[in-house]
Amino acid sequence: MNLTDTALLNSYSLYALYSAMAVYALAFIAFAVDLARRSSAVGAMESDLTTVDAASSVGSAVSAARTSTSTLERPAVKRPVLSRISARMDADAALPYGRSASLRVGVALTVLAWALHLAATIMRGFAADRVPWANMYEFALTGTLLIMTVFLIVLIRSDLRFLGTFVTGLVLVLLGVAALQFYVEVAPLPPALQSAWLVIHVFVASLATGMFALGFALSTVQLLQFRRENRVLDAAAAPSGLRLRFLATLPSSATLENLAYRINIIGFILWTFTLMAGSIWAEQAWGRYWGWDTKEVWTFIIWVIYAGYIHARATRGWRGSRSAWLAIIGFSAVMFNFGIVNVFFKGLHAYSGLPL
Amino acid sequence: MQPKLGLTGWLRWFWRQLTSMRTALFLLLMLAIAAIPGSLVPQRSSDPNGVTQYFADNADLAPILDKLQAFDVYTSAWFSSIYLLLFISLIGCVIPRTKHHFQALRAKPPTTPARLGRLSGFTTRDAPEQTDARDAITHARALLKSSGYRVVRFDSDTESSVSAERGYLRETGNLVFHAALVGILVTAGFGGGYGFAGQRVIVEGQTFVNTLLAYDSFNPGRFFDDTTLDPYTLSLDDFSVSYEQQNLQAYGQPIDFTADVTVTPKGESAEPGVVKVNGPLRTNGTSIYLLGNGYAPTIQVTAPDGTVVFSDSVPFLPQDANLTSLGIVKVPDGLSEQLGMIGFFYPTQDKAASGANFSSYPDLEYPLLTLNVYTGDLGLDAGVPTSVYSLVTDTLTRQTGGKTGVASIELKPGASAELPGDLGTVSFVDNNPAASAAGDFTQSVPRFASFDIHHDPTQIWLLSFSMLVLFGLFTGLLVPRRRVWVKATTGIDGTVHLEYAGLARGDDPALEAAITNVADRHLKLLKTHQPVVANPESI
Ligand code: HEM
Repeated sequence: MNLTDTALLNSYSLYALYSAMAVYALAFIAFAVDLARRSSAVGAMESDLTTVDAASSVGSAVSAARTSTSTLERPAVKRPVLSRISARMDADAALPYGRSASLRVGVALTVLAWALHLAATIMRGFAADRVPWANMYEFALTGTLLIMTVFLIVLIRSDLRFLGTFVTGLVLVLLGVAALQFYVEVAPLPPALQSAWLVIHVFVASLATGMFALGFALSTVQLLQFRRENRVLDAAAAPSGLRLRFLATLPSSATLENLAYRINIIGFILWTFTLMAGSIWAEQAWGRYWGWDTKEVWTFIIWVIYAGYIHARATRGWRGSRSAWLAIIGFSAVMFNFGIVNVFFKGLHAYSGLPL
Repeated sequence: MQPKLGLTGWLRWFWRQLTSMRTALFLLLMLAIAAIPGSLVPQRSSDPNGVTQYFADNADLAPILDKLQAFDVYTSAWFSSIYLLLFISLIGCVIPRTKHHFQALRAKPPTTPARLGRLSGFTTRDAPEQTDARDAITHARALLKSSGYRVVRFDSDTESSVSAERGYLRETGNLVFHAALVGILVTAGFGGGYGFAGQRVIVEGQTFVNTLLAYDSFNPGRFFDDTTLDPYTLSLDDFSVSYEQQNLQAYGQPIDFTADVTVTPKGESAEPGVVKVNGPLRTNGTSIYLLGNGYAPTIQVTAPDGTVVFSDSVPFLPQDANLTSLGIVKVPDGLSEQLGMIGFFYPTQDKAASGANFSSYPDLEYPLLTLNVYTGDLGLDAGVPTSVYSLVTDTLTRQTGGKTGVASIELKPGASAELPGDLGTVSFVDNNPAASAAGDFTQSVPRFASFDIHHDPTQIWLLSFSMLVLFGLFTGLLVPRRRVWVKATTGIDGTVHLEYAGLARGDDPALEAAITNVADRHLKLLKTHQPVVANPESI
């Protein structure tokens, strides 16, 4: 590929990226509007409910809420049940809400932005004439693309649309940092990265990161939901603090916990593979499979945290909120490993491509 | 009170605590936390120069941290005790579970519960007319068995049922996973002891013989026997590099390093080989890695009487990305005084505004060698080993550069210069004078490659255990373990009522779908096979 083609493709890639970011921003707004609408719908429901016997148990309050869902916006035509998980999740929410127009707009915009994002990534790859994940800018580009891909694929199987605000927000922030802080021009692969393992190891790591991101979001919502449920249970509690009324339209904390677990264990398997593939690569490139290089240390730490998370789910007293905190810490470590360790820590994995 | 009983009781209590899930979790979290400091402070194992630097920069703090083994975190007493406890806990956990699992593998599925209504995925169907309850269960049993369930049927006057269980592989996977972790720890812990790691710099055209003395540095494992070294020879025929020249954003960035070598096993014929950065050469039970490269200018020192007292290609260590390189020449004999020289080599020499030389490109475009000359006692005679890459100048007298007033020697390939004090002459020998004369210096200076040569008999074991870990994870986390029951009851009117229910053992997102699926397939089977020959099968 000659240099003018490279430059041209790379600038197209940047245009596509900026467009993708703009559309993600619109999607983010649409998702946020959906959450706000949910909150006000719940608010309206709750003021209706105050006429119901205030001393009634939660169960009857919830069933009262269920019977009056007709006042809420629900799709008139029953859509085909894509999977039993989503069917159960719908039934599981305290106040089922269905899909508002803004939610549908949000998803449509996300798909559009994802297509632009995909185009940006592919063009960067063609511009560089290799896989587009050889420095931090490219890794961020591909990593966020995979986070989004995982999100969109999971949407087909189970209705996690309510995470749209989080996922588009996270991807926007990461892309913003990548474009402003990590951007480097197209450069050829240094010999240390010329390996099939670059393709496998880094790709699987990004995929795992996508899973962990969703797991993180679900665990966060789980914690909030758990708080709300406790507040509802504690009927005497005066409404206080952060209300986040839209939570009433989301699945119960137990369902969220199960979903988070399923996504995190896939992430964990991928991460285990990442760690092993990294060792095989390290053996070929550096002559040793494990040397406690800073990046290796953090990959190990993340692995152990998620192993702890899986154990916590099987340990009495650690199910529920405590294990959710471990998933949150785990993903924070993933972000730390990517954003901080790559740039500021000394080590063999100096592939940020940034002049230091 | 009986102290003996008390002790065993206490030990038993301690063992139960250690092998509890809560302790395993605690130790795992401790392990994650304990691993952090090693990423904040340089480690002797991976970054010895960083440690030296850290001591220089933090003279007060460093010794305290050193007492806490902060520079050797991963071999420290505290880190080791955490993971050893964890693995003792692990073994204590896995052994009884394995026993239990073997029993479970041989046990029959449990009796059908009296009431299925409260179990997961409970669903009912009405059997087609004229179905016999026992026949219905015969079909259900066959259906479940063909779907991989272990089945047992129960018949009474009023009802028949089949109890089925599947997914024993889940627990098998879990146990394989944990056992393989122990395998990895043990192999990695002891395995290193059976191998060795050695380093050797080889200049183009030179040959190395795989013997202890030929290594620049050699680290045998605890159990390694030097005499088992296989004395094959390794010659570096050619070392080729290529640097980016088109893309100005990455100008001078290395694109490729290739070492063409010849390996000659003892008593056998020579065979060519290639070593690249991501492509070690596996030969004669060793792996040869390419870990560094640079220039080895050929330097010749001649005494005033014309005798050549030094002639060698000296590996110069790269100091920056454009291969400004630093090298040392020591000439202990043959001159009126011992001679030491500190040289800088610039593959493409350029001058900064300050007048200082630097290299602006890593390849040989405009090579220049500068030498500073020292005379005096090189300290080689004391019998203390000294590094060939450093010159202790304390006992020497500087003859050029610095405050001497005498300019440093600067040489282009093929040039010579007089040494100060009538010591003789020094020449920078050109490897390919003809090409240089035509302005192409790319062949003028030989290159060296630094190789790591390792022997590690345990890697194949580690790989196998890792595969088992992955297999164990896949099955242990993703194979659903579930029980399914199908019950057929005959009503007073003779119709047969069917009930289906399941029980998840561990995370099982698809249980309810699976029960519905069993019910649907079962009903279809009953419809197509109707009427059946009554032949209730009992186990
Ligand atoms: C090096 C330390 C350990 C690591 C890295 C580790 C990791 C894991 C992982 C990844 C899983 C899920 C994989 C699967 O089910 O196949 C798991 C499950 C499990 N581990 Fe460990 N483990 C360790 C030590 C222990 C110890 C000491 C115990 C016993 C006290 C233990 C008991 C269990 C149990 C009971 C499960 C099943 C949990 C469930 O069904 O959800 N593990 N472990």
